Amino acid sequence: MKPTLPLDELMSPGHLACQGCGAGIAMRTSLKALGHDTMFTFPACCWTVIDGPFPYSCLELPLLHMAFEATAATASGIKAAMRALGKDKTTICGWAGDGGTFDIGIQALSGAAERNDDIFYFCYDNEAYMNTGIQRSGATPYGAWTTTTPVKHFKKEVKKSIDDIVAAHKVPYQATASVAYPEDLYKKLVKAKEIRGFKFIHILAPCPPGWKARPEDTVKLARLAVQTGIFPVYEVEAGKYAQTMKTPSRKPVLEYLKLQGRFKHLKEEDVAEIQKIVDLRYAELEKRFQG
Amino acid sequence: MKKVMMGNHAISYGATLSRVQVISAYPITPQTQVVELLSEIVADQKLKAEFIKVESEHSAMAACIGASSAGARAFTATSAQGLALMHELLHWAAGARLPIVMADVNRAMAPPWTIWTDQNDSLSQRDTGWMQFYCQSNQEVLDSVIMAYKVAEKVLMPAMIVLDAFSLSHTYETVDIPDQALVDRYLPPFDFKYKLDVNDPHTYGGLTTPDWYMEFRIKMHEAMDQALVEIKKEAVEFEKVFGRRYDPVEPYMTEDADIVLVTSGTAASTARFAVDQMRRKGKRVGNLRVRTLRPFPFADIREHLKNAKKIAIIDRNISYGYHGIFAQEIKSALYGHSKAPVFNFIAGLGGRDIFPETIMNIVADVKKMKKPEQDLYWVEVKR
Repeated sequence: MKPTLPLDELMSPGHLACQGCGAGIAMRTSLKALGHDTMFTFPACCWTVIDGPFPYSCLELPLLHMAFEATAATASGIKAAMRALGKDKTTICGWAGDGGTFDIGIQALSGAAERNDDIFYFCYDNEAYMNTGIQRSGATPYGAWTTTTPVKHFKKEVKKSIDDIVAAHKVPYQATASVAYPEDLYKKLVKAKEIRGFKFIHILAPCPPGWKARPEDTVKLARLAVQTGIFPVYEVEAGKYAQTMKTPSRKPVLEYLKLQGRFKHLKEEDVAEIQKIVDLRYAELEKRFQG
Repeated sequence: MKKVMMGNHAISYGATLSRVQVISAYPITPQTQVVELLSEIVADQKLKAEFIKVESEHSAMAACIGASSAGARAFTATSAQGLALMHELLHWAAGARLPIVMADVNRAMAPPWTIWTDQNDSLSQRDTGWMQFYCQSNQEVLDSVIMAYKVAEKVLMPAMIVLDAFSLSHTYETVDIPDQALVDRYLPPFDFKYKLDVNDPHTYGGLTTPDWYMEFRIKMHEAMDQALVEIKKEAVEFEKVFGRRYDPVEPYMTEDADIVLVTSGTAASTARFAVDQMRRKGKRVGNLRVRTLRPFPFADIREHLKNAKKIAIIDRNISYGYHGIFAQEIKSALYGHSKAPVFNFIAGLGGRDIFPETIMNIVADVKKMKKPEQDLYWVEVKR
């Protein structure tokens, strides 16, 4: 059997991710494409913990932990230093959660994107502040329960379109990905590595404790998110959209929602509302996919 | 080469001569000329450096932290609100043990909006783990940038060069620009043992339990103690190469003085002028300028104030509900070492001028009193 991904691992076992953590899969897969000549900076996020407490680290790469809102600017600084030191080939990555990207880190993200700094910005998106105990973020979808959007007052705002915000900066490359499709993510990163300038990679990373889902359903959920059109997987290269995981017949959103406790409280009409939001967004993107 | 220049350009030349490799900055009045000149120098390739024109001061410091972690000599400059916005990352830079050097043009904090000088911006950062050097001339500003890198890279702690808005930043003075060859001899390239390196990968700043956190902190404190030793050593070394000397404190006619003024920044040069005037009239007055606030030169302060009969501390800052901040520091150094009464004057906030007459009036007031009748005196303030 020919493996579809390289067998090399730059992430060791013994990390501190929860069972079924999507963020762990996102990192492990990404590293297969990024390779050894790579450096990371993390803001406060689940990966602050996952990597392991001092003096341990599960990553066999240089890693600089940094403050919550500083990911993109820190990566820009590392990149500038590497250029100044004549080590321009090394891939520099900021790796942040959705809170650190959609909310507190959006200013630095926008700054680095506008300057077109030659870095990767990864957002592994588990759709809430999971590390602090499941509080809503700008990435939390409509209808979701979190500890700050309790069942009686579930989240009434739609998820922020971070990909459109980044696209408005006209960056050379950006992509969405799902941990259910590692080959797709791998291929995108291998391609993006060769592109100079700002690269934004947005990965949906299910969180069993935060989504109140079974750990064994992580990949299933990550796949259903794509198949229902909730999280379309595509890339934008020099302004050109391409859907990389096609969904000719989309499944109803209910199939995705019903596996997660965070949506358990929703009534039929709420589910219908979510279906409407998803359909609208999907139609919008479809136009772009068709050019 | 001698050149007439503003204080802000003295910073730019200091950074250029130090061969900084990454500059990351955001504009704020009255700092702007620092980065304007640097961006020109970099664009003209007179300095081989990367200049990141960031979207905020927070990102300016974040980029410096990234750059320094990767082993580059990093520089930024800011003022007031910008420094306050950086606050979180000032702790980060020091905690990460990165020898970043930054210039802060002392500007008063808003509201109400102001662009003029006082020291509350930098003094609010006193406990972040940055060395702080308060300058009184443009020459000292230029020289301090170079010296700061030397000390910072030895002890792995960051350093802040502080200069008064307008009375230094925009004031033109003659400055001797040292030869690059001399600076290169004095300041070797930055060779960072703990840099991010793909061939020797490490994780920096990871989650640390109560088992180890204090051990990181005591090392920072010891590094600052060592910094004071290095600052004194470098005062001598710098003088050998460049013929100018900068000690942590600078006494002026303190040995036989009945009243010793304690000042910092440009108020110190005004105070020295006032001392000369008063000496001509036979008044035994001296001045002690505090140049280094962190690390704090306890022993030097005690030594130079030991003969003073009265001490008058002029603070261009205020800790609301307490005293002037230099006064707090100096009183704590003197406790148990001196019986001289300490008078604390708050003057020159928000850029109000401190004239020689202001200082002579302070001395006249102190002369009249045996000991302070109140904890602090506000100078020339309208009621």
